Amino acid sequence: MATEAALGAGEDTFPKLLLRNAVKFADRPAIREKDLGIWQTWTWSQVLDEVRAFAVGLSSLGIKAGDKVAIVGDNRPRLYWTMCAAQSLGAVPIPVYQDSVAAEMKFVLEHAGATCAVVENQEQVDKILEIRESYKAIKTIVYDEDRGLKNYNVKGLYSFEEVQAKGRAALSDGAEAIWHEQIARGQPADTAIILYTSGTTGQPKGVVLTMENTLWAARVANRFDSLTENEETIAYLPMAWVGDHIFSYAQSYECGYCVNCPESPETVVDDRREIGTTYAFAPPRVYENLITLTMVRMEDAAKIKRKMFDYFLALANRVGEKILNGEPVGIKDRLLYALGDFMVYAPIKNRFGLSKVRVGYTAGEAIGPEIFRFYRSLGINLKQLYGQTEAAVYITNQPDGEIYADTVGAPLEGIEVKVDDSGEVLYRSPGVFKEYYKNSKATRETKTKDGWVHSGDAGFIDDRGHLKIIDRAKDVGHLKDGTLFPPKYIENKLKFFPNIKEVVAIGDGRDYVACMVNIDLTAVGSWAERNNVVYASYQELAAHPDVYKMVEGHVAEVNRELAAEERVAGAQIQRFLVLHKELDADDGEITRTAKVRRSFVEERYKPLIDALFDRRKSSQHIKTEVTFEDGRKGAIEGDVEIRDMTPEPVAGTNRIAAE
Amino acid sequence: MSAVETLVDAADETLLAVEGVTLSFGGVQAIKDVSFDIKKGEIRAIIGPNGAGKTSMLNVINGFYHPQHGKITFKGKTREDMRPHVAATQGISRTFQNVALFRGMSTLDNIMTGRTLKMTTGLFWHLFRYGPAEKEELEHREFVERIIDFLEIQHIRKTPVGRLPYGLQKRVELGRALAAQPDLLLLDEPMAGMNLEEKEDMSRFVIDVNDQFGTTIALIEHDMGVVMDLSNRVVVLDHGEKIADGTPDEVKSNQDVIDAYLGVAH
Repeated sequence: MATEAALGAGEDTFPKLLLRNAVKFADRPAIREKDLGIWQTWTWSQVLDEVRAFAVGLSSLGIKAGDKVAIVGDNRPRLYWTMCAAQSLGAVPIPVYQDSVAAEMKFVLEHAGATCAVVENQEQVDKILEIRESYKAIKTIVYDEDRGLKNYNVKGLYSFEEVQAKGRAALSDGAEAIWHEQIARGQPADTAIILYTSGTTGQPKGVVLTMENTLWAARVANRFDSLTENEETIAYLPMAWVGDHIFSYAQSYECGYCVNCPESPETVVDDRREIGTTYAFAPPRVYENLITLTMVRMEDAAKIKRKMFDYFLALANRVGEKILNGEPVGIKDRLLYALGDFMVYAPIKNRFGLSKVRVGYTAGEAIGPEIFRFYRSLGINLKQLYGQTEAAVYITNQPDGEIYADTVGAPLEGIEVKVDDSGEVLYRSPGVFKEYYKNSKATRETKTKDGWVHSGDAGFIDDRGHLKIIDRAKDVGHLKDGTLFPPKYIENKLKFFPNIKEVVAIGDGRDYVACMVNIDLTAVGSWAERNNVVYASYQELAAHPDVYKMVEGHVAEVNRELAAEERVAGAQIQRFLVLHKELDADDGEITRTAKVRRSFVEERYKPLIDALFDRRKSSQHIKTEVTFEDGRKGAIEGDVEIRDMTPEPVAGTNRIAAE
Repeated sequence: MSAVETLVDAADETLLAVEGVTLSFGGVQAIKDVSFDIKKGEIRAIIGPNGAGKTSMLNVINGFYHPQHGKITFKGKTREDMRPHVAATQGISRTFQNVALFRGMSTLDNIMTGRTLKMTTGLFWHLFRYGPAEKEELEHREFVERIIDFLEIQHIRKTPVGRLPYGLQKRVELGRALAAQPDLLLLDEPMAGMNLEEKEDMSRFVIDVNDQFGTTIALIEHDMGVVMDLSNRVVVLDHGEKIADGTPDEVKSNQDVIDAYLGVAH
């Protein structure tokens, strides 16, 4: 094996990095998977052995440079190895979302021109076989788990072990030198991976990232948080998502840290606790769920425990973040915080599996400021980042000591960010994608000649140099007088209040901003119970004067926040109403994934919206048809009150926006 | 699954034969002169309206009830009077209509109890969990972990079963029955009270158990869709008598069966 170091010279592709790691970190853990209740570990040298056998095996099955290898399944070590094995042959791995149905998967496979699929289990094999009936180019299917596949008699179907056995047989006949030559031929400009964006509109697009792109992103991120080979991460987000590819593959290969694959998707919380991740990444909902779980359990705890919990959480809320940011805090509070850490914070962090976490990231969508602060106040260094598939994730990150809940941080080293006249954020970096696969039209629309990429997001850079994202660029509208109107930004601000479930803000082409609010029945219901508010139906609760008062308070709070930000200060909410019924997917008002269908809702509640923009009206009668769960139709009828708000005075109107 | 014995497809080998079995409790005849057989490797369904004698039949096979007439031949051996634990040692295990687990014990421990009959070291060693006892426990634990993996219940490994939803308890019960590595697995209404998704999951597990381990399965079930999809052959009981026996299609078109299920105007 002494030749490996020499052959691994140059660290500009992942297979080359693997050769390096197998020497440099030979006996350090590279990847783990919990199997039969026990964590199984593979060291870097063992990973090399596995990848080599599989790569040579694939090669003997005819996979060659330029071929596309689809990868479908949950996060499993063998599927990660497949990525490197494919890359070592010059083939391109195409990870596909494992829960997509056969038709969606077929589009990706056909568009990419995949000839081989490496999949997790019978479920995926069945899908690929179904696809193969109409897309015959798939010659080879390799599966990881053999359960239920024993009696399949299909041409071109192999188990992972079979392919590796072929590889090992070829290796003993001297195939190793050829494999090393293939790796040495790898260039930084080679396509590393094609990631299909899930695409909320239209067909998914294949984002082509080169070795240079992904490696650059990995390097920058590893340096930014000073990551070393001692980190432990858990891989549980879809492999087809750029975040997982960079976090669990690229960054791990770059600095040699260990990636842990959970036993099953349901055991992630426990697995995370056992591993004690030091570098974590999760979308906001994961952090939200952890808090909800804790709070619900605390409700059932003994009174004395609950008192202690509440006291120390209040303390953390007051001083925790300051301590984490290294700001001055009195000696008494510091001592109390240390006590709180022993009594409350450390046990909570242990439950979350975040005891050892050095840096945690959240991205994907806006995180509620309360949730964000909750984690930071416990001493968990949770940060936000802003990224896109087209940028190989990284655009901006929050640097330590400069964490503001309302921004997504500053551009990383080597990344340029600017905002154009329409308010859209553009960026340029060495991580920027090469092209959309077989879609030069879309490439031209997104990426300018000199390398700037249109993010599709509207935002601005504040006077601290931090980027603030307000909305999707295409959703941002303007009031009649030209004031910027970002609907989702306003809606999200309101939705962060637990009492508010859904909001529809209207203002594009109007005189002012108005909104329709949906209360959250669980939260408001429990509030009503505690405050002796009697109600018989959702409609009655929604129309209750006390509920209106509460919502009015929330709207006023949001207006205050908006007033403090000059760009959106003009978009304060001037009138609102609380909807008499819950927006429901059965009625087609929201999608199954709980996104409001704006145009449909605006059409359906036209009388209400007209009344919102008619200052003379203080209430409006409406009759709405509803569909019950069993498909029967009914109607809800009633008067909906409309409230006026006094806009907050705008602070510092003469300041110039920092670009 | 190397640790699990897989049976070779033995096309027509009879695993269990029931001949002329009659069972009565005092004046009530629960089963009247019923004969059928179960072939090695098949999924055999026993169906019938309420009170038809299905569970009694299972209890007879299981050795819990002793029929007044008739004989039962299992793996070529005809038995006279048998206790349930002897049936278990011979390779018959079962699940119950009403979940019968140790509610305070974890999923893992519950499935471990299914291995009891396979334990060979004595109480003395187990008291100290030392030497051969430790070695043996590790082997059994590995086997149980394979079942946990197979049934996809890793996330509830350490959860007391009393806290689990019904559908999962049923799955744990199946796990415990599998732990005994049975030749014949008796399932008494494995899908009773389940929602559609749980039923689909359970059906898949039943097929997989049969497919992967080669275990012969006899099941009682009310959901006709499930029975028709899963089983190779169906025997139909009504008022303790066998009224039909054959493939699901044959049974479905049998007039007696239709009458028994839908009622008939007299």
